Amino acid sequence: MNRRHLFAAAAASLALFAATGAHAQQTVKIGLILPMSGPFASTGRQIEGMAKLYMAQHGNMVAGKKIELIVKDDTGTADVTKRIAQELVVNEKVSVLAGFGLTPLALATAPIATQAKVPTIVMAAATSIITEQSPYIVRTGFTLPQVTAPLAEWAPKNGIKKVVTLVSDYGPGHDAEKAFKETFAKGGGQVLAELRVPMANPEFAPFLQRARDAKPDALFVFVPSGVGSAVMKQFAERELAKDGIRLIVTGDVLDDDILNGMGDTALGVVSSHHYSAAHNSPENKALVEAFKKSNNMRPNFHGVGGYDGMHLIYQALKKTNGDADGTKLLEAMKGQSWTSPRGPVSIDPETRDIVQNVFIRKVEKVNGELYNVEFATIEKVKDPVKAAKK
Amino acid sequence: MFALLSYFRPDTATAAGTLLAPVRWRPLEILFWLVAASLLWLAPSKVLLLNEIAILALFVLSLDLILGYAGIVSLGHGAFLGVGAYAAGLLGKHGFTDPVMGLLIAGAAAGLLGFVTSFLVLRGTDLTKLMVTLGVALILRELANKFGNITGGADGLTGVVMGPVLGLFEFDIFGKTAYGYSLTVLFILFYVARRLVNSPYGLMLRAIKGNSLRTGAMGVPTNHRLVTIYTIAAVYAGIAGALLAQTSQFVSLDVLDFHRSADALLILVLGGSGQLWGAVIGSIAFKIMYDYLAAITPQYWQFWLGLVLVLIVLFGKGGILGFVNSSREWLAHRLGKGAAK
Repeated sequence: MNRRHLFAAAAASLALFAATGAHAQQTVKIGLILPMSGPFASTGRQIEGMAKLYMAQHGNMVAGKKIELIVKDDTGTADVTKRIAQELVVNEKVSVLAGFGLTPLALATAPIATQAKVPTIVMAAATSIITEQSPYIVRTGFTLPQVTAPLAEWAPKNGIKKVVTLVSDYGPGHDAEKAFKETFAKGGGQVLAELRVPMANPEFAPFLQRARDAKPDALFVFVPSGVGSAVMKQFAERELAKDGIRLIVTGDVLDDDILNGMGDTALGVVSSHHYSAAHNSPENKALVEAFKKSNNMRPNFHGVGGYDGMHLIYQALKKTNGDADGTKLLEAMKGQSWTSPRGPVSIDPETRDIVQNVFIRKVEKVNGELYNVEFATIEKVKDPVKAAKK
Repeated sequence: MFALLSYFRPDTATAAGTLLAPVRWRPLEILFWLVAASLLWLAPSKVLLLNEIAILALFVLSLDLILGYAGIVSLGHGAFLGVGAYAAGLLGKHGFTDPVMGLLIAGAAAGLLGFVTSFLVLRGTDLTKLMVTLGVALILRELANKFGNITGGADGLTGVVMGPVLGLFEFDIFGKTAYGYSLTVLFILFYVARRLVNSPYGLMLRAIKGNSLRTGAMGVPTNHRLVTIYTIAAVYAGIAGALLAQTSQFVSLDVLDFHRSADALLILVLGGSGQLWGAVIGSIAFKIMYDYLAAITPQYWQFWLGLVLVLIVLFGKGGILGFVNSSREWLAHRLGKGAAK
């Protein structure tokens, strides 16, 4: 045995020692990175509240391991998100990264997930391409094409043949516009005009006027959660409904967080989405009640992404018997299926995107408050963009 | 020979000596850079934050050059940061992966924009300047959003690849290379800025800031001088942006956001403007406060940060540095009195 062999043996035993050391670690840390301040703080509040609620309900011990949640505010700025993710991986040695309120925040972190082999749960950001950026990204929120396509299918069957689309001018908006147009055309519908509103300081009046001039059966709108109130208000003020133009939207516009403040102008608006606080199931009723008690607000679709994200981490840890190795956890996450408060969901093992039911809903008054009441279900919807690529 | 000697041993009795006094490096300054460099080994868990501080300090330093020394107010300094970031990011994405080369090109791109827009900015009063700089930044942001096929739009620019610095140091996940690289660039540019503001040119800028009508009457080509410093500051900000893009290997629209420009202004006021060190001290204080407060209360840290800022502005005229200087003077005064008794 020469010196080199001795050296190699020493290194190998050291590595083994390090590996067992990591194995014996009794705490599994989850780094939750969210916009907790700034314009997207409501997303952060929802997800943080839900993650903490999940841990309060299910305890912090899984498969003999103690779960520790570390919440960080990235202010919605991409380079900060990336730096925090890096610090969490390097300093805190987190086993899972989670959160991500906006698409660029998730995209900036994708290389870290790949490099460090840390499963990264995207709970809110909804552009289709995110899961393709790293094999370690899993999504428990939704993708915009996933919730848009069912609405475009429903519309032509319900007397809507000509539509003007109105979307916010950024990634998810373009996704929604494309998904709507393609699916709508298949059903024999026709898009008369595609309008894009700037993200900053949107003024909808001129766009609504152009939509009116095109004389469609309906106006399709996607804007990110929060901007929805302005659309609803101006749609009502400009009296497009009087010209026989219906309003159909993605559920982002009628976010449960702000829906009740929109007033009666929202009544009767049809939308499609994967979650409504009014979803009729025992799981959801329990969740809404618990969340109202702990956070004093309704859960919204971002919140439920956070709740299911935590559930997925717990399930995966159970499956690996508490082994928090990144690759093993990731494998354990693929193909998981469970009954979420939003209905039955599963993780597509190929795309790592969530497969879920999408609902067509209508705004109605329930017990004096406005809710999106579901009246039709499209089961097991996959992200159509990735399905089309195959 | 005589001139060289007096450079090393400035004599405050003569006019030349008074001018040279601030040029000399004080022990405290040297100590600062040594500590900053040693943190690379002493605080490996904090280098990612330190990297962010170094980049921010460079950006605020560039604002100090125009605001603190030349009196040009700006609410759109982020425009140059953004141009530098996108230039460096796009270079990295399309195969030019040498960081230093990227840094220089990004600086040049931002400098070019600075030169062109300086003619707009230098017209009119302070209020007009605020509006014009703000407008330029807003236009750039919208352009970056519209040309999504080049910049990645609101999704951000992904796929930025960076080669090793000088062909030697690979960017690592711990951020060591990133910090070493950013700190070196900050040091070099700080050194240059220090020479610049203490040169006759720098003194002339301060005179223009004091009274531009009068310097004009004395035959100083005021506008020419201001165009030069505005362009230099733009190069600095562009390099800061390039560092940001290269060390995070991602560029998103928020590099052009209004809050970047506003933060820089805030930090400069916090640290103390017109003294170069104010930019560095302000950045350190701001980021450490943010990191500390946001860890305690991720939701409400802005409130506490705001409170601290208000207090500093109320009680410490001239920011942190001003506060330190005035307390030192006060202390010296008290001690001097005591000795006299």
